[in-house]
Amino acid sequence: MIRVELPSPLRRLAGVEGEVTLDVPGPVTPRTILDALEARYPMLRGTIRDRDTGKRRPMLRFFACEEDVSHESVDQPLPSAVATGAEPFLIVGAVAGG
Amino acid sequence: MSGVRVLVGTRKGAFVLTADGKRKKWDVSGPHFAGWEIYHLKGSPVDPDRIYCSQSNSWFGQIIQRSDDGGKTWHQPGTPAGQELKNPEGFPMGESNKFVYDTAGQSLTTHQWYDGTQHPWEFKRVWHLEPSLSDPEIVYAGVEDAALFRSTDGGKNWHELPALRAQQGAAWMPGAGGMGLHTILIDPKNPDRIYIAISAAGAFRTDDGGKHWKPINRGLNSRYIPNPTAEIGHCVHRIAMHPSKPNTLFMQKHWDVLRTDDAGDNWHEVSGNLPTDFGFVVDVHAHEPETVYVVPIKSDAEHYVPDGKLRVYRSKTGGNEWEPLTKGLPQEHCYVNVLRDAMSVDQLDSCGVYFGTTGGQVYCSADAGDSWAAIVRDLPAVLSVEVQTLS
Repeated sequence: MIRVELPSPLRRLAGVEGEVTLDVPGPVTPRTILDALEARYPMLRGTIRDRDTGKRRPMLRFFACEEDVSHESVDQPLPSAVATGAEPFLIVGAVAGG
Repeated sequence: MSGVRVLVGTRKGAFVLTADGKRKKWDVSGPHFAGWEIYHLKGSPVDPDRIYCSQSNSWFGQIIQRSDDGGKTWHQPGTPAGQELKNPEGFPMGESNKFVYDTAGQSLTTHQWYDGTQHPWEFKRVWHLEPSLSDPEIVYAGVEDAALFRSTDGGKNWHELPALRAQQGAAWMPGAGGMGLHTILIDPKNPDRIYIAISAAGAFRTDDGGKHWKPINRGLNSRYIPNPTAEIGHCVHRIAMHPSKPNTLFMQKHWDVLRTDDAGDNWHEVSGNLPTDFGFVVDVHAHEPETVYVVPIKSDAEHYVPDGKLRVYRSKTGGNEWEPLTKGLPQEHCYVNVLRDAMSVDQLDSCGVYFGTTGGQVYCSADAGDSWAAIVRDLPAVLSVEVQTLS
């Protein structure tokens, strides 16, 4: 099971509390996690990556094992700790407030 | 008994305000979609319980919400509660936010950026939703970067009407708030005739349901652009129409209030004695097509009402002669703005006029502007106000 932590507005939109757990077939990458996430919670389509281009929305970042993987390839395998569910995959909104 | 439902979009959620025909006692529900920017909500004229809502923010993009019960409950179109439009795991299908520009196999076109360079079209959000006058399943969306989309299935799927961007789109540029298509007016006598307006490209009209468009900016004079009388490039803030006279339009431009009596082919200025002819909103009395409302705003930099006084100006002569309406409105220490989609009128015998401010007040006049009272005073900044008249 993959654990995914969503920003609170997206948790409310998806109607979930706390972390989301997902089955991700095949290699665990940002892309396969997002594919599984959107398949299970279709209302999140377009809120994390652009509906047209598939690019990460500019004010969101992805973290795995405390590493910022936002600018890595979305097909780059994530650390085994994420793949095994020991650590969550974090989707984080940019801190743009003040 | 008749009543009204006021749909208010704010920076941090939507609110629904309801009252009977006296418009004295109000029920306030909300915030709906708390924390999200609600650029616009609007109900279907055919089915008032059908309301479309644009929910967005810079982090998570665009969501379209729909209510089929007058704003009590909401869902993303394609996911009505109780219907079998869910995925195998039981979660609703959110297919309502896919706004993809129609490139017809060609490269996506570009528009002018603030610095004069070319910039590709990028979808950012829906500014305005305009339901069809005859079919509750049909709704138009004006979006940023400027384009017009249409849904024929109740907001589930959206398709661009791309011929609009062919009207010198490479020369369009964003206004201070972005390059948004903010005004959509459907001619009630000819639904194939649609007027739209874009900041800062100007006004455009189609006479064949969106297959072809033409700029309708003759008569506009914008001293802040290189060619003040250019065919396109004007910062039109808002256009209003009375349904009984669809060839007559009133425009609040960045500067100047104008009117046309030939469906936009020619405009002339009617700013007259306004204290400043800058502003955002313009609207028309429900029963008097020559009675027009604007809220003058101090500009360029300030964008609040002049002299600390919140004054609606009314012309009963179709422009040029304007009277300030102040009864019940703050006349000192007031520094709010009234944004382009934040005024509306109801259809009751004594026409109600409504507007919302960036200070979070929503005002109602049940006597066509003679006197005003705040329905609510402390909402988040108001982005849009629409009124439904209920039988």
